[in-house]
Amino acid sequence: MLRKLSMAAFAVALSATSSLAATEVTWWHAMGGELGKKLEEIAQKFNESQSDYKVVPVYKGSYPETLTAAIAAFRAGQQPAIVQVFEVGTGTMMAAKGAVYPVYKLMADEGEPFDTKTFLAPVTGYYSDTKGNILSLPFNSSTPIMYYNKDVFKKAGLDPEVAPKTWKEVEEFSKKIVSSGAAKCGLTSAWITWVQTENLSALHDKPFGTLQNGFGGVKSEFTFNGPLQVKHWANLKKWQDEGLFKYGGPVGGDQAATMFYSQECAITMNSSAGRAGVINNAKNFTPGFAPLPYYDDEIKEPKNSIIGGATLWVLNGKDKATYKGVAKFFSYLSKPDVQADWHQFTGYLPITNAAYELGQKQGYYEKNPGSDIAIKQITRGTPSENSKGVRFGNFTQVRTIIDEEFQALLANKKDAKQSLDSAVQRGNALLREFEAANSN
Amino acid sequence: MDTKRTTFNNRLLPYLLLAPQLAITLVFFIWPAAQAVKSSFEREDPFGFSTVFVGLTHYRQLIEDPNYLDALWRTAVFAVSVTILSMMLGLAFAAAVNRVTRSARIYTTLLVWPYAVAPVVAGVLWWFLFNTSTGLLPFFLERVGIRWDHDLNGTHAMILIIIAAAWKQISYNFLFFLAGLQSVPQSLIEAAAIDGSGPVRRFFTISLPLLSPTTFFLFIINVNYTMFDTFPIVDATTGGGPAQATTTLVYKVYQDGYVGLNIGSSSAQSVLLMLIVMLLTFVQFRFVERRVQY
Repeated sequence: MLRKLSMAAFAVALSATSSLAATEVTWWHAMGGELGKKLEEIAQKFNESQSDYKVVPVYKGSYPETLTAAIAAFRAGQQPAIVQVFEVGTGTMMAAKGAVYPVYKLMADEGEPFDTKTFLAPVTGYYSDTKGNILSLPFNSSTPIMYYNKDVFKKAGLDPEVAPKTWKEVEEFSKKIVSSGAAKCGLTSAWITWVQTENLSALHDKPFGTLQNGFGGVKSEFTFNGPLQVKHWANLKKWQDEGLFKYGGPVGGDQAATMFYSQECAITMNSSAGRAGVINNAKNFTPGFAPLPYYDDEIKEPKNSIIGGATLWVLNGKDKATYKGVAKFFSYLSKPDVQADWHQFTGYLPITNAAYELGQKQGYYEKNPGSDIAIKQITRGTPSENSKGVRFGNFTQVRTIIDEEFQALLANKKDAKQSLDSAVQRGNALLREFEAANSN
Repeated sequence: MDTKRTTFNNRLLPYLLLAPQLAITLVFFIWPAAQAVKSSFEREDPFGFSTVFVGLTHYRQLIEDPNYLDALWRTAVFAVSVTILSMMLGLAFAAAVNRVTRSARIYTTLLVWPYAVAPVVAGVLWWFLFNTSTGLLPFFLERVGIRWDHDLNGTHAMILIIIAAAWKQISYNFLFFLAGLQSVPQSLIEAAAIDGSGPVRRFFTISLPLLSPTTFFLFIINVNYTMFDTFPIVDATTGGGPAQATTTLVYKVYQDGYVGLNIGSSSAQSVLLMLIVMLLTFVQFRFVERRVQY
C-alpha cells in the first residue's frame, strides 16, 4: 500500500508540469548518453503532438539491469507499460506468456494500423513467433559491420578504398599492415559471441542450434561447434599468435574500439550503431566501412547478417486507457520521419522500409558513405533458417560462457574444438535448465 | 564477573528500546535471508508464474558443478591473499606512523584516504593503472620483461583484484592497528629497552602479542569483507573474467541471479555462502580466540 502511494506521489510529481488529464504511459529504457537524450526527445515530441497521453521515459541502466528491474517490478505489480529489452532477452520474454501483451494483438485490439510487411524482413523475422506475429515492437536494431583505417591501409601499401572481402584477405592485409609497421595489429573485434560466432554462423548458412536456431521451441540444443566455427576460432587464435589479431575483451569488447581509435589495430568489427562513435573518435584518420568478411571456400554468396539491439515489450496488468496510449505511441514511433531521424542520428537500422526510402530520398546515404552498408548486408539474399536469427533461453549467460571459452582458447588452455565443445556443453545445460523452468 | 546491570521498572520499555533495531534486522536481514532459503528449494521462471518445489536439486547441482568448486577455491585464495596483504601492510604502516613523532597526523590522514573511496572507483582506478593498452604499470612491467594482460591471463586478473581489494582495506586495518599500538603501555616498552632489546625485538615480543585482540578482530572483518564487499571491485575491473578466473562466490551469485535470472540456483549459492561465513566465524571464535591474549 505504502509503495503504491509513493509511486502515485511520484507519478503526480512527474506529471505536475503537464495537463493532469493525460494518461501516463511509463517507458523503461536502457539508452544512456546521447542515445538517451534522443529517445527522450522522441517521447517529448509525441507528448507535444497530442494531449491525451503522456509517455514518461525512465532510464533504468544497462540492458540486463533494465530487464531485471522490469521483471522484479512485474512480480511486485509495479511494472511499466513499455520496457525496452535487448535481443538476447527475447527468449526470456517470449516464454513469459502471462507477462507480455503481444504487440500485434495490442494494435489489433486498439484498432491501430499495423502491417508486418512495412518492417524490414530480417527485423520482423527476429522478433516474430512461429506464426509470423510480431510480439514486440522493433525499436533499435543494429548489425555488425567492419570498420577499417584508411590511412593505415595507405601506409601499408594497400588501396584504402578496397576493404578485405574475405577472411583470407583479412589475413593477407593484416600481415602486410603488421610487417610494414603501419600498425601494431591487423584486426580486433567487439562482441566475439555476437560477431564472430552468431553472425559468422548466419553468414555461412550454418546452424547455431537445433530447431531453427531455437525459433522452434525450448527443446533446442546448441550446435555451434561445427567445422566452420572451429576453423574460424582456430584462425583467430593463430592470428593472435602471429600478432595479427588482438582480443578486444569480453561481452561488448570495449577494448576493441579503443585499440581501433588509437590506431593500434587497423580493422575492427562492431555494431553498425558504433558508426557515430567511430566518426567522432577517428580524429587523426579516415575510417572506412565495409560488410563483414566471409570464407569464400565455405560459401559463394554469404547470407544476411543477423541483428542485435532491442525491442519494446508491452507488459500485462495495465488499464485499457494506458494500452490505448501505448498503441498510439507505437504508431507514432513507426512513422517514417520519426524512424529515419532515429536511424540517421544513432546508426541503428531503419526499422521500416518507408524510413529507408525516406533516407534515400533525402540523399542521406550519398552524403554519408558507408551508412547503408548495414542495411544492405542485412537485407541481401533470402534469409534461411540459419540466418533468421537465434532465440534461446538463458542466452545472456550463454554469451558469457562463449566469451569464457574463447578466453580459454586464447590463453592456450584449450584448442578451438575443445573450447567450442565445452561452450556447447555448458550452454546446453543452461538450455535444459530454462526448459525445465518454463515447462512446469 | 562484575558487570553493570541496569534494571528497568517498566517491563515493556527494554523491548521498545530494542524494537527499532530488531525491526531493521528483521526486515533487512532475517526476512530476505529466509526468502533466499525458501527459493533455494524451488525452481521458478523469472516472472514467477510457476514455482515448483525441487528439494535439494540446486544444492546437488552446485556441489557437482566443477565451476562452482573452482569459484569456491578461488574465493579462498582471494580472501586469504587480500586479508594477509592488507593486514600486513596496515600493520607496517601503523608501526611506522607510531614511531613518527612529528606529522603523524598528516600521515594518518593520508593513509586513511583510500577508505573513503567507493569500491567501484577503487576498482576503476586500478583498472586504469593496469590497463593493457593505456595503463601506466604494464608500460613499466614490459621493461622488466613481464607482458601484463589481465584480459586473458587469469593469474594477472587475480593479482589485479587482490591489489585493488587490499588497497582499500589497508586504511581500515591501519587505523585499528595504530589505535592498538598506541594503547600498548609505554612502561613495558621502556622496561624492555632498558633490558637491552632493540626496536624490532620490542615490536615482535611486546607490541605484536598485545595486538592479538585487534589482529583477531581484523581477521574476521577482513575475511567477511573479501567474501561479501568486494563485488564492486570485481565488477568494475575484470567482470569475473577471463574464463571465470576472478569469479568469486559473491560474483557468481550476481551473475546467476541478477544477470541470468536463475533465482533458485542463485539463492542456493547465497545460502551456501552464508553458511560458509557462519562456519568461518564460528571456527575463528571457537579456536582462534582461545589463543588470543586479552
